[in-house]
Amino acid sequence: MKFTLSWLKDHLDTDATAEQVAERLTAIGLEVEGIDDPAAKLAPFLIARILTAAPHPQADKLQILSVDAGGPEPLQVVCGAPNARAGLVGVFGAPGTYVPGIDVTLKVAAIRGVESRGMMCSARELLLSDAHDGILELADDAPVGTSYADYAQLSDPVIDVAITPNRQDCMGVRGIARDLAAAGLGTLKSLIVPTIKPAFPCPIAIRTDDPDGCPALYGRVVRGVANGAAPDWMARRLTAVGQRPISALVDITNYVMLDHGRPLHVYDLAKLQGGLVARKAAAGETLTALNGRDYALTPAMTVIADDTTVHDIGGIMGGLHSGVSADTTDIVVECAWFEPTTIARTGQALALTSDARTRFERGVDPQFLDDGLAIATDLIRQICGGEASDVVRAGTPPEGIRVIAHDPTLCLRLAGMAVPPDRQRRILTALGFGVDAAWNVRVPSWRRDIDGPADLVEEVVRIEGLDMLESTPLPRVDGVAQPTATPVQLLERRVRRTAAARGMNEAVTWSFIAQAEADAFGGGAWALTNPISEALKIMRPSMLPGLLSAAKRNADRGAATIRLFEVGRRYLGDGERATLGFVLMGDRARRDWRDGKPATFDAYDAKAEALALLAAAGVPVDRLQVMAAVSPVYHPGRSATLRLGPKTILAEFGELHPATARAMGLDGSAVAGEIYLDAVPQKRGTGPVRPGFAPPALQPVRRDFAFVVAPTLIADDLVRAVRGADKTAIVDARIFDRFVLPDGDLSVAVEVTLQPNDKSFTDADLTMIADKVVAAATKVGAKLR
Amino acid sequence: MDDIEQQKAALLAEVATADAAALEAIRVAALGKSGSITALLKTMGKLTPEERLVQGPAIHGLREAVTTAIADRKALLDTQALDARLATERLDLTLPVALPPAGSVHPVAQVMDELAEIFADLGFAVATGPEIEDDWHNFSALNIPETHPARAMHDTFYVERVGGQAEAHAGQSPSSDGAESASPAGEASAPAGPRMLLRTHTSPVQIRTMLGQQPPIRIIAPGRTYRSDSDATHTPMFHQVEGLVIDRGITMGHLKWTLETFVKAYFERGDIVLRLRPSYFPFTEPSAEVDVGFTWEKGRRVIGGGGDAAGGGWMEILGSGMVHPKVIAACGLDPAEWQGFAFGCGIDRLAMLKYGMDDLRPFFDGDLRWLRHYGFAALDMPTLSGGISA
Repeated sequence: MKFTLSWLKDHLDTDATAEQVAERLTAIGLEVEGIDDPAAKLAPFLIARILTAAPHPQADKLQILSVDAGGPEPLQVVCGAPNARAGLVGVFGAPGTYVPGIDVTLKVAAIRGVESRGMMCSARELLLSDAHDGILELADDAPVGTSYADYAQLSDPVIDVAITPNRQDCMGVRGIARDLAAAGLGTLKSLIVPTIKPAFPCPIAIRTDDPDGCPALYGRVVRGVANGAAPDWMARRLTAVGQRPISALVDITNYVMLDHGRPLHVYDLAKLQGGLVARKAAAGETLTALNGRDYALTPAMTVIADDTTVHDIGGIMGGLHSGVSADTTDIVVECAWFEPTTIARTGQALALTSDARTRFERGVDPQFLDDGLAIATDLIRQICGGEASDVVRAGTPPEGIRVIAHDPTLCLRLAGMAVPPDRQRRILTALGFGVDAAWNVRVPSWRRDIDGPADLVEEVVRIEGLDMLESTPLPRVDGVAQPTATPVQLLERRVRRTAAARGMNEAVTWSFIAQAEADAFGGGAWALTNPISEALKIMRPSMLPGLLSAAKRNADRGAATIRLFEVGRRYLGDGERATLGFVLMGDRARRDWRDGKPATFDAYDAKAEALALLAAAGVPVDRLQVMAAVSPVYHPGRSATLRLGPKTILAEFGELHPATARAMGLDGSAVAGEIYLDAVPQKRGTGPVRPGFAPPALQPVRRDFAFVVAPTLIADDLVRAVRGADKTAIVDARIFDRFVLPDGDLSVAVEVTLQPNDKSFTDADLTMIADKVVAAATKVGAKLR
Repeated sequence: MDDIEQQKAALLAEVATADAAALEAIRVAALGKSGSITALLKTMGKLTPEERLVQGPAIHGLREAVTTAIADRKALLDTQALDARLATERLDLTLPVALPPAGSVHPVAQVMDELAEIFADLGFAVATGPEIEDDWHNFSALNIPETHPARAMHDTFYVERVGGQAEAHAGQSPSSDGAESASPAGEASAPAGPRMLLRTHTSPVQIRTMLGQQPPIRIIAPGRTYRSDSDATHTPMFHQVEGLVIDRGITMGHLKWTLETFVKAYFERGDIVLRLRPSYFPFTEPSAEVDVGFTWEKGRRVIGGGGDAAGGGWMEILGSGMVHPKVIAACGLDPAEWQGFAFGCGIDRLAMLKYGMDDLRPFFDGDLRWLRHYGFAALDMPTLSGGISA
């Protein structure tokens, strides 16, 4: 909402500057977004008198002027204006002055060989109007050498206020003036509503057949108007606040809307068939609105129609057909009250916004129909002439007056501000509330937003000033401090920091991905119905598409090694799952003077990350089973799941399937994995005390075994068999060498760690254990080499 | 006698110039089984006591002098040999070594940890809720009915199940942490199931918390939020932190103190000035937007000081207010007994203001160069004892 300072002063008796007004508005909750003074650009222009005018020796249409701009010496100016002549008082721009109308900064220049020190300006050059048939001519007594903008009173700062959705009453200048007056920045001038003597009875019928959507439809006819241009003062104000002047009648309705927050509509009587009726639209009806676009109406929408056709989407936008034109002579002025929810639904359904809708859906003052109509009619008669009929009032607007039983102590109890009851009463009264002795507060009809005591507290504190609010320390919570993070958050924090400690960089990628990306990862469960772009449409079913896209962008930027992870959610049909995803791409190790060639990541790197992260999550990783991957996004032979028990999948990892890599636009491959944090068993709280511990007195013994196995044997099967061969003595078994023999079998070497208990192993003990190991290995198909 | 002295002088002279091999030869020739000194020692037994008295010390003296000389010479030669070997063993330690890769924590995660730490000190627990929300939790319960003009300002993304299954989702999130809700009346009455959307703010967590837990309540709720908006300062996905306190006797004064304490702790400056400006949010009453004072330093706006002081200015950082009685009632609590405050603040913006990023968009690009530049080391854990920005 924009208004000018002079406009405000129509309603508010104040000496305040624009800056003071802005400061106070912001302090009372009407946030000022900017002050712009279009005349500021004209500040350097001075009033000057042409002393002499002589023909230019080199050009017929130019004259050489001697100009008195108030300086010690007259200035020589070359001028091409036909009206430039000795004695003329006009507007002068000195060298260095920016001329907004031609976007030029003046310099001392030679024009056809004659030096020119400045410029006499036309109205267009100063952006005052389109007139450019000559330089401006001021009155003879205009004070030479002083500011033209001051003289012409052009300075009228425009104040731009962000009106919150609850303050419909401040979508008109008068409402803003009322708030400022309550805040002590002046006195609200009393509103003089003109009395219109009807010259004839209204010749058309006006009724409402839709008392829900349009409870009140008032109107009158004005005959014999001339719809020319609006007067300068009105056009200038409208232009200043961003409304393009159109014609006097349209401008008058806009002006009343901006002045009082009261939208109106004017129909060309000649275009109507019969009277006006407010009714629900019929199915299939359409309207070409004033914006030139066609709208399909539904029976949920309230419209204004004549006997045959719709002319207005009630309270939102009028129709093109019955709009006023330069030829209009007789008009109907409509002043209605529309139900805000109907307006909101209709506007949403048609995706149509307008200044009228913005006001009606926030609820305009239901007690201002007659006044609004009278003010508009008065302006029409003054500007366009004509005679007005009497007013036809169909239906009645809601009363809009509520009474709230209030308690002034609530101000202290809720807001923590001790505002004396008298002061509270004065504030509320100044805002238009009625407060009786028992603190029954009558809400004014224009404050539809006020519906409870808390609202009254807000009115008091915003006018009193929130800068008066003192801080009150929040009392500390009694007792021992409890952890405030949830187990899931602690888990996320632990794995995040572990991943970073292991050299991965945390990214945050979009929760939504493209359809094709989602399809490559098994399809998403949730789709945005109104995505901002097709690339951000499906809620991700996996962390990997976003990470792989980020990895690709990094690779395209030349990154040789990419280690990315993200902690976030996957969005599945049955819920949102906390997940850590990671992607490893490019060189695991760069080429090195000691190790030679660069090494690329493989599935074992992904396994190492998965295990390290699960270990950090508190999972007993030595109890995890490595089983086949379930997701087809991975290479079928180079991927796996890590499970705790056969059903609980804690992680999946591996090399990407070439088809997945291709779908993601990757040149080579990548390895990746996801840790399903929601599946990680939460540790039960056992208190801080650990089980007792006594380190074994005797040293462990290590024995190596080399086995020949078929290439199909799963390494884990061999290790589990060996480890189970003697559960008391064997504490660890680890594969430390593995290679392919000439016949295609594998040689696998296992280091077995034996821990003696209270006495050392004898040779016989060791032989017996070794035999058990070999026997157990044989059972799974391994032969001792 | 003279023989012995001569022999000593001769042997010592030999030792003094011997190399390792010659030294061993001298030792064998003098002190070995059939060595010259060994032979002399063997003659001792045949000497008369008088002779022994004279000869004995001389012979022993000879043996000791030669033994010592040989040992000293050997030590010297060993030292020289070691020095010579070490002189050949040189590594160029200016050559590069491979360091473990430097990982990093994203600034958003870091700031969330900072917030959790600051508010833990004030007794606030961390709560979460689903990002795919229903209309009731995101709007209606927050006093934003369907036709409310404020809805248009939220630029909501709506979602639907792929394949058209209309099953309820919100509240089933395993990470909603006890904020599970009984199905509220407004939701149950919707015949076709609730309309689902991406939460436009973290405020629905207020609703879920009040539905799931009895006051007193002190929570913050950080998380992802979504609005259909995209420019240099807006991205369709962003992060917010919500704060909620519900108790008896909580006033706006407590809100102001809490915000001052939080902003000072977060920016780690004691000269923070806040300005509460009346504003409007449907779910708070009274409502206030909060500006923080800034000063200009080297052409940059720096949080701290400033405000109305010369050379300063105000920057909006959050919205807040006293929880609207209708919201408290919608959660089944009695607004006559329980009241409190709520606030909401953009986490990405907090990160930008503190750590000096100018553009929001790279936050979500995953550019390794940006992540390394603005990210945090794994062990940079924000702690109260170590300083919030670690």
